[in-house]
Amino acid sequence: MDLTDESLLMRVPHKILEEAYRAGLESDEKARSGTLIHVDQATIYSKINEAFQGKVEIMDTKDAIKKYSWLENYRWRLINQDRDEFTKKVAEEFSGGYFMRILPGAEVIFPLQACLMITKSGFEQRIHNIIIAEEGSKSHIISSCTQHFEADKASHIGISEFYVRKGATLNFTMIHSWSEETLVRPRSAAVIEDGGEFVSNYLCLRPVKDIQMYPVAFCNGEGAKVIFNSIIYGIKNSLLDVGSRAVLSGKGSRAELISRALSKGGSKVIVRGMIEGNSSECKGHLECKGLMLDDESIIQSIPELIVRKSGAEITHEAAVGKISEKEILYLMTRRLSYDKAISTIIRGFMDIGIMGLPKPLIEEVNKIVDIIT
Amino acid sequence: MALQSLLGEEMSLLEVKDLTVKVEDKVILSGISFILKERESYIMFGPNGSGKTTLLNAIMGMPHYEVVSGEIIFLGEDITDKSVDERARLGISIGFQHPPEITGIKLADLLRLCLGKDQNYDFSEEEWQLIKAFMLTDFLDRDVNVGFSGGERKRAEILQMILLKPKILLLDEPDSGIDVESLKLIGSEIQRDVENTGSTALIVTHQGGILNYIKAKHACVLLAGRFYCFRGPKRIYKSIEAKGYEGCVNCPDRVIEGWT
Repeated sequence: MDLTDESLLMRVPHKILEEAYRAGLESDEKARSGTLIHVDQATIYSKINEAFQGKVEIMDTKDAIKKYSWLENYRWRLINQDRDEFTKKVAEEFSGGYFMRILPGAEVIFPLQACLMITKSGFEQRIHNIIIAEEGSKSHIISSCTQHFEADKASHIGISEFYVRKGATLNFTMIHSWSEETLVRPRSAAVIEDGGEFVSNYLCLRPVKDIQMYPVAFCNGEGAKVIFNSIIYGIKNSLLDVGSRAVLSGKGSRAELISRALSKGGSKVIVRGMIEGNSSECKGHLECKGLMLDDESIIQSIPELIVRKSGAEITHEAAVGKISEKEILYLMTRRLSYDKAISTIIRGFMDIGIMGLPKPLIEEVNKIVDIIT
Repeated sequence: MALQSLLGEEMSLLEVKDLTVKVEDKVILSGISFILKERESYIMFGPNGSGKTTLLNAIMGMPHYEVVSGEIIFLGEDITDKSVDERARLGISIGFQHPPEITGIKLADLLRLCLGKDQNYDFSEEEWQLIKAFMLTDFLDRDVNVGFSGGERKRAEILQMILLKPKILLLDEPDSGIDVESLKLIGSEIQRDVENTGSTALIVTHQGGILNYIKAKHACVLLAGRFYCFRGPKRIYKSIEAKGYEGCVNCPDRVIEGWT
């Protein structure tokens, strides 16, 4: 089957595509360097924008495994198959996922995009993604995961392994847009070589049943850098247990773990963070800010710092509070209604600007934020 | 009122009738009444705790400033029960003595909101000139008031008010804690707004410096929640400078009628 055939996209029910767009998928492919869409257990579309041929590769992981025997050196190298019941399930059987490779020195101005979708009730989606940013490459990836509103009680298990090579910069944004019945278990790990930089952005702004994830980045290279930004909006009884962990083993490696958590409607948001300082000149900062939007919800912040070398400089700060009445009133003196003042403050609190996204992507993410605020 | 202006009389902009205001169960203002006209500047003096800030906040409709009795009439309409944003939309603006810091909202976006525009709005040439005049170009991308100096906060505050194109500017110590340059700028810009747009300014101050830039004819002294004296601003300031507010209490030249 030719996965680059655009008529395939036409076969996807319109309302499913609509949802994918709302979750961040860009319909104008000229604004993307490549697109892959995986629905339930099959990749239905995979194409590289002509302008980026020879700079990037994007295909289903299963196809990549067939094409490249060397991929075995990347698969299950950062995550142990036996780690938990979820990794075991994917090791046993998986439906595919995305393989993305940005070739050495390639600068990819437009993001690569992938959309993982669930449309069947009760379906357990098992995904394995492998992303390789080769030496000196620069790229953005936007990955949206969504469940069709008519599907319920589904679950998503996604393994993602990221390789950020010498001097490469990879900005990866994951947007989760599940439903109130979805169980979600991503398992992600990244390794960053000398001078490499990995920015991992996570946005979850829609209700979900239960998400638990704790991605890790190993900054093994000299001057390797990781930035984790998370914006987590807990609503309608959602349980979100989301962390990020950086292991700073490379000389002069750096980490910034920044999260913004909002909680309302009986949701529980647990924000974890861990920085391990294993080298003498490493630096790391962990920041968690939480905004309580009612008294029925919970935000729990669990920061951990583990330092093994005296020269390591590792810090953290955490604060959880409510919207300040003084700020609301201040904006009302500037003619904003009470509701508009609150949504403006919430938007400001989410601080999309921290994610280092290119301008068009910021606008798209802002659209998603607009829908919820 | 339209009839009044046809008859050549200046229209009254704000009328406060017998206003009593409580803050946390304590009566701060006791039955004060006055009228402010269009295109005028009014200066209010008074020791700390005399009720100046309470009066401005009560006119703005800020909660925690509870109107026990009396009425606030703005452009002929009773606004005593209106919310803060409703009053703001009618043309009442306030510049706080201590405006809050708002993390996550850039000054540029707040200025756009004051103009009634969204994030994608590009400032007009005229607006850029104003931002430059207020020396705030470098602050546009910073969170509102976060890490701003005293002068920067006041400048940002008054720029926002001017962009709102208000009918009245309630200014709570716009001249406190700022340098000479900012004082000159703030004073002249307020004066310019009054002259050019016909707005009215009600200014609380402890200092005389701002009187060099604002041509105000009217001033008063507020003592213990009541108007004590009405006179010209420079005269009152000189007297306070020489003898303090105690001098007011024993002053033989006290004028008890004014702002009517």
